[in-house]
Amino acid sequence: MALTDIAAAPAVRRPGLTTRLRRLVPWSVAFGMVWLGATLFVAVFADWLRPYSITQMDLMARLVPPLTPGHLLGTDELGRDVLSRLIQSVQVSFVIAFGATILSAVFGTTLGFLAARFRGLAEHIVIMLADFQAALPFLIMSLAVLAFFGSSMVLLVALMGFYGWERYARIARGLAISAGAQGYAAAVVQLGGTPARVYLKHILPNVASTLIVSMTLTFPEIILMESGLSFLGLGVQPPETSLGNMIGFGREYLTTAPWIMLAPAVVISLTTLSISLVGDWLRDKLDPTIR
Amino acid sequence: MFRFVLIRFGRAFVTIIAVMTFAFVVLRLSGDPAAVIMGPDAPIEAVNAFRAAWGLDQPVWVQYVAYIQAIFTGDFGVSMRGQSPALDLVVERIPATLELTLPALLLQLAIGIPAGIYAALHRDSAIDRGVILGAVMGFTIPSFVMGLVLVLVFAVTLGWLPSGGDATWQHAILPVIAMSVGGIGILARFSRSAMIEVMGQPYIRTASAKGVTWGSVVRGHALPNAAVPIVTIVGFMVGSLLAGAVVVETIFSWPGIGRLLIVSVTNRDLAVVQCILLLVAAVMVVSNLVVDLLYGWLDPRLRGHAAH
Repeated sequence: MALTDIAAAPAVRRPGLTTRLRRLVPWSVAFGMVWLGATLFVAVFADWLRPYSITQMDLMARLVPPLTPGHLLGTDELGRDVLSRLIQSVQVSFVIAFGATILSAVFGTTLGFLAARFRGLAEHIVIMLADFQAALPFLIMSLAVLAFFGSSMVLLVALMGFYGWERYARIARGLAISAGAQGYAAAVVQLGGTPARVYLKHILPNVASTLIVSMTLTFPEIILMESGLSFLGLGVQPPETSLGNMIGFGREYLTTAPWIMLAPAVVISLTTLSISLVGDWLRDKLDPTIR
Repeated sequence: MFRFVLIRFGRAFVTIIAVMTFAFVVLRLSGDPAAVIMGPDAPIEAVNAFRAAWGLDQPVWVQYVAYIQAIFTGDFGVSMRGQSPALDLVVERIPATLELTLPALLLQLAIGIPAGIYAALHRDSAIDRGVILGAVMGFTIPSFVMGLVLVLVFAVTLGWLPSGGDATWQHAILPVIAMSVGGIGILARFSRSAMIEVMGQPYIRTASAKGVTWGSVVRGHALPNAAVPIVTIVGFMVGSLLAGAVVVETIFSWPGIGRLLIVSVTNRDLAVVQCILLLVAAVMVVSNLVVDLLYGWLDPRLRGHAAH
């Protein structure tokens, strides 16, 4: 009797795991997390998940609609499997976006710290560069650079690595200046710490959470920027494929084979939507000062 | 006030010079335009003649000074392929781009701001949640996906509207929608959070407490204070409209500056690319300047602060 009471009582009072989870995470955020987890999984294991090679052509099965046996998402104008290309594209777009986000965070934070450390002329130059970056829409600047240099994968990642650096620079500069005024940084200086030690080991960990939040803002924007450029035919070049590049080429078959373009379009939209939803939620949790 | 305006103009000027220098540096770093234009099989005398004709055989700093001088006298070079002045090519495309960007901007302002403010004033209602969801979806769906889906639905499937070209006003409907959706989302979300921020301030509570009606609190106290951050974001959105024009004009074969830019980039028509780059920078600098001056008008505190 006592045993059943003990077993039954908590079950009534305590809400179930799903209810507790739903209170913790709204359904839209949960969806975002699941979708991001799935795309991340696809990006990492793309080489094992792909049913076909991305360049393997099946000329007998060109423009086959989705749900055809063997080609779940159909094929394109050369009989290449859309699902395989989609999986590869997710990987390429994610690799570029990850690389570029990290580059931009490191570059921006370094410049911001340099501005805070040296002030004066260095600070003016950094602010002027940031103004310049803000004065030119990034897409248009990238188009000009790609026009002049021609498109290559290295250049594309390097270029995307400039996206949003000014945001990190501004944040890092502001936070480092205010951290420098606090006791702990001065204490390390008094103890004989080198500037590099003060900035990397003491100030950086203290400002990291804000910088990470900015990275969740930059990441989807870089995905959109890269896919925009690839869509215009100036980003990732064939035979390599990316989400934007697939949409760009699929556009020519909009009337006869819309699935070529719709599959990557859905993936891009859901991915950036998910990052936005999860990022907003994380921001509210981690950093209530930013809205 | 005069000093405030002067400083703003000075910064705008420096930014323009920086963009010009950027264009110049990138242009000269990018390799030999002569070799690109003439092709790998061109005879060496022809390439040299081309270099001399375009001043490419001069030292870099001579080229830089000549370049800056030329731009300030309105000479943006000649389109390397079209043989007509780059500026003329660009200027004749401006009206077409304005036909899309101005209605798109108006739509963004007319829908985004009221939706955001309404959502903020009815926080946590069903409409508020709908506005947030719509806004997030609006700015996460890329404009090229939006444009192609619009074509697929309204031009291909339903056949209501044309899918490309600029013959009639109906041709502008889909591009304008594709261009404005993202900005509507951003503005709605931003206006909402700006308004919520303002509505939480002590002066709003004070006004309500001394008996001002709700409508007057919103109109007289909340809206003027929310206007400053909203104007800031509108200034930024001019840039994304121009970037959007590049993509949307390409999708809808609209003969504006964006399409000209893509065609020139593909052909490596450097004079035209450069001219568009400077034009866009000028538009951005002017819109930032207008935003800065609007601050002074909207917020007397900033006026006083900047003067000292």
